Amino acid sequence: MTEPDKDDSTGLPWPRRWAGVYGLVLVVFVAWVVLLAVLTRMFS
Amino acid sequence: MNALDYIILVGTMLAIATHAIWSTRGPRDLNRYLKGACGTRWLTIGLSVMATQASAITFLSTPGQGYESGLGFVQNYFGAPLALIVIAVVFLPIYSRLKVYTAYEYLGHRFDPKTRLLGAGLFLLQRGLGAGITIYAPAIVLSTVMGWRLDVTIVASGLLVVAYTVAGGCDAVNLTHKFQMGVIFAGMVAAFVVLLARLPAGLTFSDTLTLAGGFHKLQAVDLSLDPDRRYTLWSGLLGGMFLALSYFGTDQSQVQRYLSGGSVRESRLGLMFNAVFKIPLQFFILLLGVLIFVFYQFERPPVYFNKAAWNSETSRVAPGRLAALEGAFTGAHTAERAQLEAWIKARHAGDPAAESAARTAALAAYGRVASIRAETKSVLDAANPGARANDTDYVFITFILDHVPHGFIGLLVTAFFCAALSSKAGELNALGSTTTIDVYRHLVKRDASDAHYVVASKCFTAFWGLVAIGFALFANLTENLIQAVNILGSVFYGVVLGLFLTAFFLKRVCGTAVFWSALAAQALVFALYFSLSISYLWYNVIGCAACMAFSLLLQTAIELGHRGQQTT
Repeated sequence: MTEPDKDDSTGLPWPRRWAGVYGLVLVVFVAWVVLLAVLTRMFS
Repeated sequence: MNALDYIILVGTMLAIATHAIWSTRGPRDLNRYLKGACGTRWLTIGLSVMATQASAITFLSTPGQGYESGLGFVQNYFGAPLALIVIAVVFLPIYSRLKVYTAYEYLGHRFDPKTRLLGAGLFLLQRGLGAGITIYAPAIVLSTVMGWRLDVTIVASGLLVVAYTVAGGCDAVNLTHKFQMGVIFAGMVAAFVVLLARLPAGLTFSDTLTLAGGFHKLQAVDLSLDPDRRYTLWSGLLGGMFLALSYFGTDQSQVQRYLSGGSVRESRLGLMFNAVFKIPLQFFILLLGVLIFVFYQFERPPVYFNKAAWNSETSRVAPGRLAALEGAFTGAHTAERAQLEAWIKARHAGDPAAESAARTAALAAYGRVASIRAETKSVLDAANPGARANDTDYVFITFILDHVPHGFIGLLVTAFFCAALSSKAGELNALGSTTTIDVYRHLVKRDASDAHYVVASKCFTAFWGLVAIGFALFANLTENLIQAVNILGSVFYGVVLGLFLTAFFLKRVCGTAVFWSALAAQALVFALYFSLSISYLWYNVIGCAACMAFSLLLQTAIELGHRGQQTT
């Protein structure tokens, strides 16, 4: 692996900061759990 | 399988392996051999991480779990996104800064050589055994249903993966992972489409989900606090997070994948790719199993999915016993199907009372079908007391061979082999690297040339490949295969994670304290494993917590001892 990145920039158009990427991943995760919980409740 | 299927299978497998060997030919230094081109992009890393984890067991066994127990197993993966974020934030920058080849080198930097060896040793023990299972598992299922010789299947698939992993090292593994994941995705989508097309005419997707829900197959989230339950939201979140932290953060087969990234950014994005897609992938595979369950409520399934075992056991069972069970099963299934059709008819008519009555009747009819299946298993168990009758690993492959058109059969069997080889290659690559860096270079030959270590790494990779093939040839596993792998991992992973978390967060703990604490924690996990019946995911939490707590206590005792000596 080359040199560690010095800044917090993701190099993406959006999100530009890593905190934004992690936040987005968490939102997707929570959305999946909620969807699965709804599926469980709807068809139980 | 016909000629077309075999052409797809053999052609694809050989084409991927040959391409990998050809593309990575020529001399390479140790860094390039163990860490790859160091310019690997995030998508390749993401697919490679996914391919290493998703073995053939995942694709053969998980739909069987969906068929038997529904979607609940998906909770096992709830901790993965959280763990991957922690790894991207904490673990990855440290590995990157120290420019290590293996995760266990870091333990040597932070503690001492014996702790590094302990971490590497636990990995080699656990992953060495697991490597045998990952090659045995698909081979036993595929050879049984295809009528292939088990030893030939194990040796042929084993030697193919050894060949390209030894030849091209990390680059070859990353390259093949990309193509193998492409085949796997294509196969799974094809299975899903064929399955939907095979469901009875007039049965909508909503009807299918209603039926599945009626049979309790769509209970994806279980809020129960009972620790005896294998899969709950809590065991998945906490136990699953510790399992994922340990597996993705400290298991060299995964660490090696993201250390090959062109930068921390590429590695992080590769990990986040998995954090986003891990749960949907597992959900999709389990849903395949649930849909197969619904399909087999209308199409008579075998009483016992392992047809080869069924045929071989016939001679051991009292004459006519299995035939009588099969006859009763056919009758019960026909009755159940009639009740299901009444249920759907009432549903379409919008008559809740009739729908409720039909549903109750259908569940009762299914109860009779299930009890005949259970009785069949107990008869087979009694006939062959040494083996536990468990046919869930055969559900998906039976569906494929009986109901999927030729060509697609070849694609799906190729997908199983791609999955088997992809995880195997990651494991062999890591076993070879760890043996070379943490054992051979560290203990045996310290100042040899780069070329020497490359040759040594190739030899160790080949050695572990042959060990895995040997283990697979003599293994006799009866437990559900994916659970066997996860249980094996959970028994060791907690303590290894404890070593790393102690290194990261308990700065005052020294090597001696953590070394003996890890051994004590591992002994505790073994003792609990053989005396309790809790979900195996909890052993990740227990092993890690015990290792960290013992380390703190022992470090305190050591410091008090030193102070006592100084004052006297």
